[in-house]
Amino acid sequence: MHVSMTINGEAVSREVEARTLLVHFIREDLDLTGTKIGCDTSQCGACTIHVNGKIAKACTLLAAQADGADITTIEGLAENGEHHPMQTAFWENHGLQCGYCTPGMIMASAAFVRDNPGASEGDIRHYLEGNICRCTGYHNIVKAVKQVADAAAGGA
Amino acid sequence: MSTRIFGSGIKRREDPRLITGEARYTDDIKLQGALHMAVVRSPYAHAKILSIDSSAAAGMPGVRAIFTGADIGDLAGLPTAWLIPDSDLKTPEHPALASDVARYVGDGVAIVLADSRYQAQDAADAVMVDYEELPVVVDPHEAAQAGAPQLHDDVEGNIAFRWVMGDREAADAVFEAADVVVSERILQQRLLPTAMEPRAASAQYNAATSELTLWCTTQNPHIHRFIISAVTGLPENKVRVIAPEVGGGFGSKIPCYPDEALVSWAAKKLGAPIRWAETRSENYLTTIHGRDHVQFVDMAASNDGKILGVRATVYAGMGAYLSTAAPGIPTILHGLLYVGPYTIDNVFCESIGVMTNATPTDAYRGAGRPEATFLLERMVDKVAGALDMDPVALRRQNLIPPFADGHEVATTLIYDSGDYEAAFDKALAMAGYDDFRAQQAQALQAGRYLGIGVTTYTEMCGLGPSQVAGAVGFQGGLWESATVRVTPTGKVQALIGASPHGQGSETTLAQLISSELGFPVDDIEVIHGDTTETPMGWGTYGSRTTPVTGAALAQASRKLKEKARALAAHLMEANPDDIEYADGSFSVKGSPDQAQSIQEVALMAHLAWNMPEGMDPGFEESQFYDPPNFVYPFGTHIAIVEVDPVTGSIDLQRYIAVDDCGPQINPEIVAGQIHGGVVQGVAQALCEGVIYDDSGQLLTGTMLDYCLPKADMFPNFELGETVTPSPHHPVGVKGVGETGTIASTPTVYNAVLDALAPLGVAQIDMPLTAAKVWQAIQNANGGN
Amino acid sequence: MWPQQFDYQRADSIAGALAAIGADGKFLAGGHSLLPAMKLRLSTPDQLVDISRIDALRGIANGNGSLSIGGAATHADIAASAAVGAACPALAQACGMVGDQAVRNFGTLGGNIAHADPASDPPSVLVAVGASVTIASADGERTVGAEDFFVDLFETALDDGELITSINVPDLSDHQMAYVKLPHPASRYAIVGVCVALMMDGDTCGHAHVGVGGATVKAVKCAGAEAALAGSSLDDAALSAAVAALSDDIGEWLTGDVAYPEAYRSAMAGVFLKRAISAAKG
Repeated sequence: MHVSMTINGEAVSREVEARTLLVHFIREDLDLTGTKIGCDTSQCGACTIHVNGKIAKACTLLAAQADGADITTIEGLAENGEHHPMQTAFWENHGLQCGYCTPGMIMASAAFVRDNPGASEGDIRHYLEGNICRCTGYHNIVKAVKQVADAAAGGA
Repeated sequence: MSTRIFGSGIKRREDPRLITGEARYTDDIKLQGALHMAVVRSPYAHAKILSIDSSAAAGMPGVRAIFTGADIGDLAGLPTAWLIPDSDLKTPEHPALASDVARYVGDGVAIVLADSRYQAQDAADAVMVDYEELPVVVDPHEAAQAGAPQLHDDVEGNIAFRWVMGDREAADAVFEAADVVVSERILQQRLLPTAMEPRAASAQYNAATSELTLWCTTQNPHIHRFIISAVTGLPENKVRVIAPEVGGGFGSKIPCYPDEALVSWAAKKLGAPIRWAETRSENYLTTIHGRDHVQFVDMAASNDGKILGVRATVYAGMGAYLSTAAPGIPTILHGLLYVGPYTIDNVFCESIGVMTNATPTDAYRGAGRPEATFLLERMVDKVAGALDMDPVALRRQNLIPPFADGHEVATTLIYDSGDYEAAFDKALAMAGYDDFRAQQAQALQAGRYLGIGVTTYTEMCGLGPSQVAGAVGFQGGLWESATVRVTPTGKVQALIGASPHGQGSETTLAQLISSELGFPVDDIEVIHGDTTETPMGWGTYGSRTTPVTGAALAQASRKLKEKARALAAHLMEANPDDIEYADGSFSVKGSPDQAQSIQEVALMAHLAWNMPEGMDPGFEESQFYDPPNFVYPFGTHIAIVEVDPVTGSIDLQRYIAVDDCGPQINPEIVAGQIHGGVVQGVAQALCEGVIYDDSGQLLTGTMLDYCLPKADMFPNFELGETVTPSPHHPVGVKGVGETGTIASTPTVYNAVLDALAPLGVAQIDMPLTAAKVWQAIQNANGGN
Repeated sequence: MWPQQFDYQRADSIAGALAAIGADGKFLAGGHSLLPAMKLRLSTPDQLVDISRIDALRGIANGNGSLSIGGAATHADIAASAAVGAACPALAQACGMVGDQAVRNFGTLGGNIAHADPASDPPSVLVAVGASVTIASADGERTVGAEDFFVDLFETALDDGELITSINVPDLSDHQMAYVKLPHPASRYAIVGVCVALMMDGDTCGHAHVGVGGATVKAVKCAGAEAALAGSSLDDAALSAAVAALSDDIGEWLTGDVAYPEAYRSAMAGVFLKRAISAAKG
């Protein structure tokens, strides 16, 4: 079947099997490999992207379901060559180690702070239940997200 | 030495590619014309393979080839590379595909190669295998009993090895004479390492040059090259192994797996690139598991609180085959740690490696040392209970006094340096231990159950002297090598044989080189992970990269500095003894205006227009470094928990960690290692644990059932440090990759049992799930 | 993991969806229950009819004393809906506890109840409050009470080719209510989940609605516990009686596994009944 969508501001159009998962479409067909696969069951969040501005687990959507959607992946988060504040915060706060969960973490956290400026540490820890990191113990991830959340509240 | 960069928590060099999604992990690499491999896996834990019919699958769309065990006779079985001496070790054959008997759920029986990943899996599902089920055993203690189902004809009674440390009679005599003996059966449950990146492997064979390139998720590409060469028969110089970005390992990417051998074999056989990536479900079935001990432990003490001895019999589940380093984990890396930071004169360990119808086990973060530290710390708390002593006072009384350069303990190890009481005092002060005890008593009056757990530990890492490796049967060396190469324009490429995969070593090691040589850290690239580009090394595990590779780099840098000093003296027409060095600049004593920067010297070394007599051109040095001893980081961890006695739920309220890994090159990276390690260890205590049913089916086969720790289970951690340099290391550093995992499991376990003591609960098998805690409370008070 | 082959069609109306569905087809709303099952090959439909873009299935409206929630309304929309928050706050709470934010953004209430996972959160609210499910098929439309809708483990009153068009929830804005759960530490599904809605008259409970999930193979309305609470002042004796009655209510349907056995779940159902009452009272 035919699917078309906008990814990171660019219109794409491909012929795919109906069963093609969105994450495989993005990684294999479009070669945007920043979006990762870490589980089979929608638990780990490594494949988190934005679909029409909302976070989505790309392993639990068909490419067909995203037909016509506006999608942002980690490769499209930076604007005009500048890191998104969440990317910067992860870097500054040592919020990553092996980096595999990082794209999903950043995509989820960026949407969260956009919708919840000023979120508390507890809010952040609860929200991150959909994203698993095996390296950092979450400490510095929470610190990074809190930094951006605080800044967002300050600027609001 | 400039101290500015050494000790600075600078941002990681690795991160720009990782936060933008630009990093390339194994399965991110596309190979033109690649076929995809899917593995047909046994759905039974133990079964005879009667027949395999792949005819239907072979005709499915996109399918290019299907191979079974009968087809891969020229691919040798996977070797075991840690052959423990004097243990009557048996090493059963581990074929890449089982052809007669499948021995665990997930054991590969055939492979399908197809144009797409989906097609390969479709066809794998259509391969018809006729099995005859055989009896199953998954518990290592049961598997060692007479009459248990047998896995391998050549492993009688399923006993792969029996390793004894110490003198049983002498230990028994101490226990018989002791005032107090406490005993416990400790279950070190199986764990799933769960690196967030599942394993993957891609291979390409060039028939014209007879060269195989294997990209794979490995912590040790040079060991992989060695093993892939051995099993495929390709000469080692024709095998190139590349570890691209690797998404965590925690030990699970040390072993060489059947899948890696199979993609290599198939790439040559079919003359096409082959890609394979496991799903998480496959990862949980076939990537090694950790721990899996059933331990019977005793500790003896005198009435006045002197710990007299530790004695343990350990049944260590090996799973269905002996994985690469498996025999070393419950033996050398375990028993030798039985005194921890305490003066204990009598130790005895009998460790029995047992084959079971389960996924093979191997090194998982800490590897043997968490299992030792847990039993020691658990038993110390039990002794304190038996003597009605404060567990903190009991620990303090038995701590080894400070030592700066060597201390031999009863297990024959010579600890390098330690000041255990300093870390202990610091952690207790941070926790407010004495105040807490008062709060705890007060809370109990109000029906609230608070508990505190205190662990003091030391561990052996920075593996290790190669002579020791050889003596204990490790089939390799444990040195590292490094080359520091400076380009004519004064930029540095440091090539290392180790293979970091998330530890931030590109940053830490650049800081180390910068501090030694004065090049700005941003001018230094640390290159790793490709056997063709990098010098030989044994890999990143056992908290060894900073201690061992770091030492190699420090020494290579110092060689360069001496060369630079001599060349600078020559260029400035001064006596080398009159050359002063500071912050990357060489100057002549007394003539500060006359100076040569390290970059200028590097350029002159490359130009070689004016070299001193006998000095070779170029500006590059290599160093092989074999550590004279292990390093022994240490510390004290404290946890405070509250248990809800109505539900059995546990709330981890505070976690304090004081660790001493010597001087910290990058304190932020050190902290990150501790945070991550602590969470993994706490999760063992509280929520992680493999469950098999009696037929060997993995009930915790997805993240829906296997409980990985999540952000909302933890408070912010409170970290502290003491700094006790290693006397034998060029910059004094010790490893810190595993300390958090080693210390935190008993810390939290003991805290929970402390909280439950007023309810009469004395023991619960890990993990301490709410249901198990609740049941223990019911059992202890009869449900009232 | 990925699904087996199937045909995919997108419907733009209820009638179109009903016309398109085949004998071995399934409706796809958010897909957040169905696709995971298909990826693990636990479900192998040969056709998916995507209903997620049918506007008529996505609305949330309050009228005539009842909330009408479209079958393809997402958990996130329901959790954030002011109408749901006013008429049935426990349903908003329960929908806000399903999965995580990404899952809630796509997973739908209709898909959730069609899947009938006993550990999902909303069903215990729906049975407690006496919601009903409107189901359309080529033969017409029917409405089934939530209690009858949930038949057994992963089993509902839905027949092949039937589509959930709306979930109808009585407006209980005059009740005090709460949904509380003990989450499984890995999946965050309910080990036990309890919904309580109380009609209070001063300190006296006029009547109570109680539903339990997680501990049972399907969401169970707990008439015994409701009776024990009705007319009481929710004092300790009444709570103890309700806990005892609840145990009988769910006994027939109780379930458990190695990690969280029946005995534990049964006991926790009682504990969380009391906690739900306490939360409802505020």
